[in-house]
Amino acid sequence: MGRERIFNAGILLALLLVPLIAWKMDEPFLITLATKVTILALAGVGLNIALGLGGLVSLGHAAFFGIGGYAMGILASHAQNYEPLFSWPFLFEGSNQMPLIWLVAVVASAAAALVIGALSLRTSGVYFIMITLAFGQMLYYFTISWSAYGGEDGLSIWVRNEMPGVNTLDPIQFFAVTFVILCLTLWSAARVAQSAFGLALSAARQSEERVETVGLAPFKLRLMAFVISGAITGLAGALFADLNRFVSPTMLSWHTSGEIMIFVILGGVGRLYGPVVGAAVYILLEHFLGGISEYWQIFLGLLLLGMVLFARGGLIGALLGREVAHD
Amino acid sequence: MTEPVLRVENLSKSFGALKASNEISLDLRPGEIHALIGPNGAGKSTLIKQISGNLQPDSGRIEALGRDVTALDTVARARLGLGRTFQISSLAMEFSVLQNVVLGALGARGRAFGLFRNVMKDKALLATAQEALTRVGLHEAAQQRTSDLSHGQRRQLEVAVALTLKPRLFLMDEPMAGLGASGSKDLTAFLERLRHEAPILLVEHDMDAVFALADRISVLVYGEVIASGTADEIRNNSEVRRAYLGEEEQA
Repeated sequence: MGRERIFNAGILLALLLVPLIAWKMDEPFLITLATKVTILALAGVGLNIALGLGGLVSLGHAAFFGIGGYAMGILASHAQNYEPLFSWPFLFEGSNQMPLIWLVAVVASAAAALVIGALSLRTSGVYFIMITLAFGQMLYYFTISWSAYGGEDGLSIWVRNEMPGVNTLDPIQFFAVTFVILCLTLWSAARVAQSAFGLALSAARQSEERVETVGLAPFKLRLMAFVISGAITGLAGALFADLNRFVSPTMLSWHTSGEIMIFVILGGVGRLYGPVVGAAVYILLEHFLGGISEYWQIFLGLLLLGMVLFARGGLIGALLGREVAHD
Repeated sequence: MTEPVLRVENLSKSFGALKASNEISLDLRPGEIHALIGPNGAGKSTLIKQISGNLQPDSGRIEALGRDVTALDTVARARLGLGRTFQISSLAMEFSVLQNVVLGALGARGRAFGLFRNVMKDKALLATAQEALTRVGLHEAAQQRTSDLSHGQRRQLEVAVALTLKPRLFLMDEPMAGLGASGSKDLTAFLERLRHEAPILLVEHDMDAVFALADRISVLVYGEVIASGTADEIRNNSEVRRAYLGEEEQA
């Protein structure tokens, strides 16, 4: 455990230092890149609770990412156009306040995860993958045809949303906001993994009948994991939309689900910091190899293949070895 | 006579043309060990699965602890007080030994929705877990990874997890398998004491253990109970000798 802690601290430190140095050197693009890594890592941390801890291979997490994104897009577009979102039971004109947007994003994606999870978790294995994919694609096509909010073209927000006490237009300040959220989420995820719920959920992944035999219902545990997982990914979606000041159906496409899953697998399934490492490597590859060839994903594919074949624990597993049974 | 703790009535289950359970009736009384024996493929595990709730019978009924549990699922039956050990270990292999037992203690508590407190620092759970490990003699292995345990130790851990649930009746599917001579002798002595806490329905191939422990024995062949009685009655039953024991003696 000691070695992994030091490694994790190093990862966080690097993620913090790169944008700070970029800020000193006046390289705003690098800050944006680091912010992107942070937000995508957050989405991965969300998926990792379902995938790593619960063993739920969801290929539909783009739905939650997108719901978070659209929560931001819808609230902010009404606010910027001064069009009331609804006038009953009280007048609500949308909002450009991040805390409120986050709250709506989390609640909406958690609610969606509750419904999708309640239906999908009756299946398992390949069927679960397919049904989560199907739900994701349903929402994807819904947003394409949702002309009120831009349809296929998506929604642009002119000015990044506000946060009390922070100038979010300043890249380093917005980065700081996302970094704090990531750290808090990682801390919470670590607590959850060691909690009674985490123990039971992890046991349900390893042996379903064991959990049933001690009188705990795997379905409830998994549903709760799926909801928590969806809510975190939804929060990441709202931040991602704010980073780009743009939301579009692409956020909900199954490519996005695949990318989030790649972060987790690349870094290490079930490793707390796996998605952070995975997202960082992914974005670095995209940036540097993408500059050399537009077919950079061939190299990503090779890396992923190597990981899956030779290092089942992802990059962290390859570097640090098998996870120690912690207590 | 005291009311039986478990009563199985006319239980039938078919897989296609195969009658895995054919009108099986048996009961388990307080303080007793009722052994279920029979050749491979006789339907012992199918019967245990129906009693534990993993399989739904086609017809018949199961009554446990004074309640009709036929329609209840595994989780509800476990809550009611059915403690089960598996023929093929179904432990959480990535966990430490202690984590597996704490999981049992957590199940006994009936809820596992604490999100923030470290479960491995919960004193009440740890006390229950340690006590169960000590009773089966596994306390020294508490910190080992479960997948590193020997076959026999996994068997002991299976029993320890069942103990944490403080069940009111045990269903044990071949707890002696793979234990070796001294291991099964220890476990035999342990079950002899355990019966006074809760009666045991025991599926077992180890005939020495069965005849040493069982108050009553039921013999299952091709999904049917062909005989049921005390150890002596079964030993002298000609049909049983022919169908089962005799075959073994010739082999």
